Amino acid sequence: MVKNAVEIRGLRVVRGKRPVLDQLDLTIGGGVTGLLGPSGCGKSTLMRCLVGVQQIRAGTVEIFGEEAGGKPLRDRVGYVTQVASVYDDLTIAENLRFFARVLGVGKDEVDRVVDAVDLGRNRDRVVGQLSGGQRSRASLAVALLGSPDLLVLDEPTVGLDPVLREDLWALFHDLADNGTAVFVSSHVMDEAERCHRLLLMREGRIIADGSPADIKEKAQAQSVEEAFLAIVRRDAA
Amino acid sequence: MNPRILGLRSRGTRRLEITAAVAGRVLTQLRRDHRTLALLLVLPCLLITLLWWMFEDTPVFDQVGPALLAMFPFIVMFLVTSVTTLRERSGGTLERLLAMPMGKLDFLLGYALAFGAVAAVQAALAVGLSVGFLGLDVQGPVWLLLVVAVVDAVLGTALGLFVSAFAQTEFQAVQFMPAVVIPQILLCGLFVPRDQLPQALEWISNVLPLSYAVDAMQTLTETTATGDVWRDLAVVAAYAVGGLALGAATLRRRTA
Repeated sequence: MVKNAVEIRGLRVVRGKRPVLDQLDLTIGGGVTGLLGPSGCGKSTLMRCLVGVQQIRAGTVEIFGEEAGGKPLRDRVGYVTQVASVYDDLTIAENLRFFARVLGVGKDEVDRVVDAVDLGRNRDRVVGQLSGGQRSRASLAVALLGSPDLLVLDEPTVGLDPVLREDLWALFHDLADNGTAVFVSSHVMDEAERCHRLLLMREGRIIADGSPADIKEKAQAQSVEEAFLAIVRRDAA
Repeated sequence: MNPRILGLRSRGTRRLEITAAVAGRVLTQLRRDHRTLALLLVLPCLLITLLWWMFEDTPVFDQVGPALLAMFPFIVMFLVTSVTTLRERSGGTLERLLAMPMGKLDFLLGYALAFGAVAAVQAALAVGLSVGFLGLDVQGPVWLLLVVAVVDAVLGTALGLFVSAFAQTEFQAVQFMPAVVIPQILLCGLFVPRDQLPQALEWISNVLPLSYAVDAMQTLTETTATGDVWRDLAVVAAYAVGGLALGAATLRRRTA
């Protein structure tokens, strides 16, 4: 069980003519791993590689020892895209029942995940009528179906009420404590403090890797944001 | 419950379940969209009635009625499918589904099943109206008219799925209708009998699937012999299967 959830070697992704990721090596284990960086730095592309929906030019991406996106992984990896990938013209419960059938998990799972994202009172409302935050939570609930071993969450807390954000981070930690590897991206630096391990990313490269405390200490900074700036300036010099 | 334990059930059963889930979901979405549903079911009837009225007391309705019965399921399902699958592609739900244990064919068959069912209802209404109230003369079995309509609708669904891969917006998807559908309407024998077309156009009409659907409908109204109908039906079905296969090829798990 000590085996890494994710092992990436020599990953290269080109979009258009521009290399987004190049020569990227990375391993991710259990716990909550945060991927932080400005928008456009390659976070989403990296996450898409983990799920196996991104075309890659070179390198390997292995999840639990299998090639990313391979058949054995399709019910072991939960994925939330930046835009809520749910059907606007169905209710939350209908959406979840549909995805549960595709995954082959029981109806009791639907009740569990609805409660996990605190949408119980809205479960019979049509997604199109919900607020942006509620829609992204509905999308998150889909990813929780069947308790996947790896959760890949692309900016799941954007635009959420701070109280709710707090709740969701508590949920991520709960999941991690129960053995799920949680890989979550954000461009909000203050969310970084809540991760076990933090990866700072800029222009397709991981510029810092460690616990939030380590990163701040090494950069002699008070906050992750300051650390990020210090590292960028040091690299430029 | 751990999905991998349930996953031990036979793969065939799982795939059927997934196909049924897709079909059920598409029908639920349609049921919620009252306006689309009304347009799907009522509009063909209204247009057929309009045509019948235009040609009151002439034999024209008996000549073009069968062709219309073949055209509506095809056009409507083409449009509905190209727009809905485009939405799946751009909304991220397709990407999500393909990252799940969802086969491409399961997805396509689910759509074909749902729209085939809607087409059956649509065709039943249109055929019932034409034969029961508007006096369309049908020599062959009426149920076979329905079968042709459903296969025809599946063909529309298949082609709609295919072209949705080449459209980036819903606006573009709708524009494919004139490109793919109107030439087939012009050459299907509705305006000029196919054997009277210029040679080159006749050859083209011979490779367009709608021609065979219209031929099948026309044969059914004219004679009780059904041999030719089954042959035409087989051609339409082959095109539908080919369209679904092409559609499957355009569904990519990995995209740039």
